Amino acid sequence: MELQKFQYDNKIVKLFAYATIVWGLVGMLAGLIAAIQLYVPALNFSIPYTTFGRLRPVHTNAVIFAFVGNGIFMGVYYSLQRLLKARMFSDLLSKIHFWGWQLIIVLAAISLALGKTTGKEYAELEWPIDILITLVWVVFGWNMFGTILRRRERHLYVAIWFYVATFVTVAMLHIVNSIEIPVSFWKSYSWYAGVQDALVQWWYGHNAVAFFLTTPYLGLMYYFLPKIAQRPVYSYRLSIIHFWALIFLYIWAGPHHLLYTAVPDWAQSLGVVFSVMLIAPSWGGMINGLLTLRGAWDKVRDNVGLKFLVVAVTAYGMATFEGPMLSLKSVSAIAHYTDWIVAHVHIGALGWNGFLTFGILYWLIPRLFQTKLYSQKMANMHFWLGTLGILLYAVPMYWAGFMQSSMWKDFTPEGQLKWQFMDTVTKMIPFYIARSIGGTLYLVGAVLMTYNLVKTIRAGSFLEVEEDEAPALKGTYVSHAGEHWHRWIERKPVQMMIVSLVVVAIGGIIEFVPAFLVKSNIPTIASVKPYTPLELQGRDIYVREGCYTCHSQMIRPFRSETSRYGEYSKAGEFVYDHPFQWGSKRTGPDLAREGGKYPDSWHYNHMADPTSMSPGSIMPQYPWLLEDQLDANSTIAKIKAMKRLGVPYPESYETQAVSDMEKQAGTITENLKKDGIETLPDREIVALIAYLQRLGKDIKGEKTADKQ
Amino acid sequence: MKFRNYLEDITGIGIYPLISLLLFTIFFALVTLYVIKGNKKHFEELSNLPINDKNSRS
Repeated sequence: MELQKFQYDNKIVKLFAYATIVWGLVGMLAGLIAAIQLYVPALNFSIPYTTFGRLRPVHTNAVIFAFVGNGIFMGVYYSLQRLLKARMFSDLLSKIHFWGWQLIIVLAAISLALGKTTGKEYAELEWPIDILITLVWVVFGWNMFGTILRRRERHLYVAIWFYVATFVTVAMLHIVNSIEIPVSFWKSYSWYAGVQDALVQWWYGHNAVAFFLTTPYLGLMYYFLPKIAQRPVYSYRLSIIHFWALIFLYIWAGPHHLLYTAVPDWAQSLGVVFSVMLIAPSWGGMINGLLTLRGAWDKVRDNVGLKFLVVAVTAYGMATFEGPMLSLKSVSAIAHYTDWIVAHVHIGALGWNGFLTFGILYWLIPRLFQTKLYSQKMANMHFWLGTLGILLYAVPMYWAGFMQSSMWKDFTPEGQLKWQFMDTVTKMIPFYIARSIGGTLYLVGAVLMTYNLVKTIRAGSFLEVEEDEAPALKGTYVSHAGEHWHRWIERKPVQMMIVSLVVVAIGGIIEFVPAFLVKSNIPTIASVKPYTPLELQGRDIYVREGCYTCHSQMIRPFRSETSRYGEYSKAGEFVYDHPFQWGSKRTGPDLAREGGKYPDSWHYNHMADPTSMSPGSIMPQYPWLLEDQLDANSTIAKIKAMKRLGVPYPESYETQAVSDMEKQAGTITENLKKDGIETLPDREIVALIAYLQRLGKDIKGEKTADKQ
Repeated sequence: MKFRNYLEDITGIGIYPLISLLLFTIFFALVTLYVIKGNKKHFEELSNLPINDKNSRS
């Protein structure tokens, strides 16, 4: 059998490794600043680019797509070549992938700071960047599949199925959730609205967790854990079962982000049931990971990379137990909108994704540079700092979440709400401080790692040429007698991709089709009308400033919520909301029925300096809204876009829109004048006030909603 | 593109989740059977793929 000689491409792995480290530090730092802003509001600096509402998406995008993203590619490019005994299909595609991805990250950081956002969590990037993401993702897939087709090892190891499923599902999620109609180069409106947008958004959002944060990292676990521990995975058979179960079940879980909201009950129930079922395949992965080390636990004591991997897999198990528990309606009733969710996210993010990445880096860098790790002691210190950091992050957030929730729901014996919302905010401060200490420890650990790895790199010499040899695949495959179909698909990557795509598409189709087509799922409310042009402009300012990162707009049908905020939110109220802005967190109070609660002047003063109206508030100041002129020229384009999306503005309304806008602005300016505030009607604050005063008002006149 | 008002109801829609459940259950059952009855040697060979490459030293 003739042996073919070839070389592995280590350069691309090195590049992705460097990017992982750099963006990891950037993303964690952004997170730390955001965490401190919550108790030192002055750190918002009263300029648009650094407010919490704009910094939060910079943090999430940096840690998910820049840190974990580059980590995925680092691990995939290393393991794929060696599992397939083939060099990457195209060095050019590798380079385009790398530089394209970094370009996306830089554009993301700049555009998000500038407020160019879609207002949809984890999908904030505007449409030009969405297109770029699609192109770069195709390049990645092309390169990966090209390598698979050129392979010298016929059978696809389990890690590769996870990479294939990741590729095809992320493509599906990104494309479907990013369907939006551009209004200008940096602004678009979601094609979906209200309840439908919420369902699509959280189908995407949860599966971003599933297929960007989980499946590729499970693939990495299946390669690097056996590799570092030098033992085969505990049960290959278990990996087959849990792979298919995982990719089928995960997709359906999206509605667990929407429990007790206005989405239809049947969708909520599907989300609950499938989330609970998901414990099984998730724990299949954890069990496989941990039991791979049975009989080899002594290795963990001496190998710092393994220490990180063990904690990572354990954190994965914790988070994938907690997630299904949080998906039970009774638990969600307590946890939703609180810091408990933040704790849950960070167990997965810091524990699973962070620690797995660190473990791989500590093993990979010395190998790539043909030397030993500069300091085992420093790496161990990183391990303990990081672990302590995770604990100090999560425990205060659990405590905070429970405290918030109990206080929100607390009634006096006379039947009144016991606490003002502001009281609950004040109580959170010590926990925010503790959490930021946890985050600092975690970041310090990462800095230590960076120093350690830089010293390692400097001491070593890069292994640019790594040769291997293997026989080429025989042209035809002689199958064993009685071979099962799964063996067949393990040999056929394209079929595996197609079957995976079908499997992941089923959940989405079943959850969307009735929600989109059947009238009864979103009962029409006759009194709900489209936003006026001024209110639409104000809404876009709300989206731009990222208000949804702290304020929800979805009142749940609980007495504690209806007492505090007003009538609970109905599906039909959101039919013109492109995109929906229900929010995920109540750092500040819910705003769904804010309209008419306070006079216009209250809002003017509050945006200028929140503490003037709400002493003790941690909300940033927004002084530029009082000075900046509204971009009135965009109004016509926006009305046209909304009409294209089906919002029933009257025929040729665009011609009237600007004058209507000026009229409404004039009324607001008059109201402000009566309260002693002088402003020109063309300022952004006037538009924002118009929007805030509209919120939740449409059904206030209704005694009963029209139900069909 | 407003989809509401297209349909009052999708009669018999219950068949689709049922088909989906059946597909999944049968698929799952078959995969489990395969895994239980499968060739042990083959699985051992596959699980050693990450270890049997050039880079195998701890």
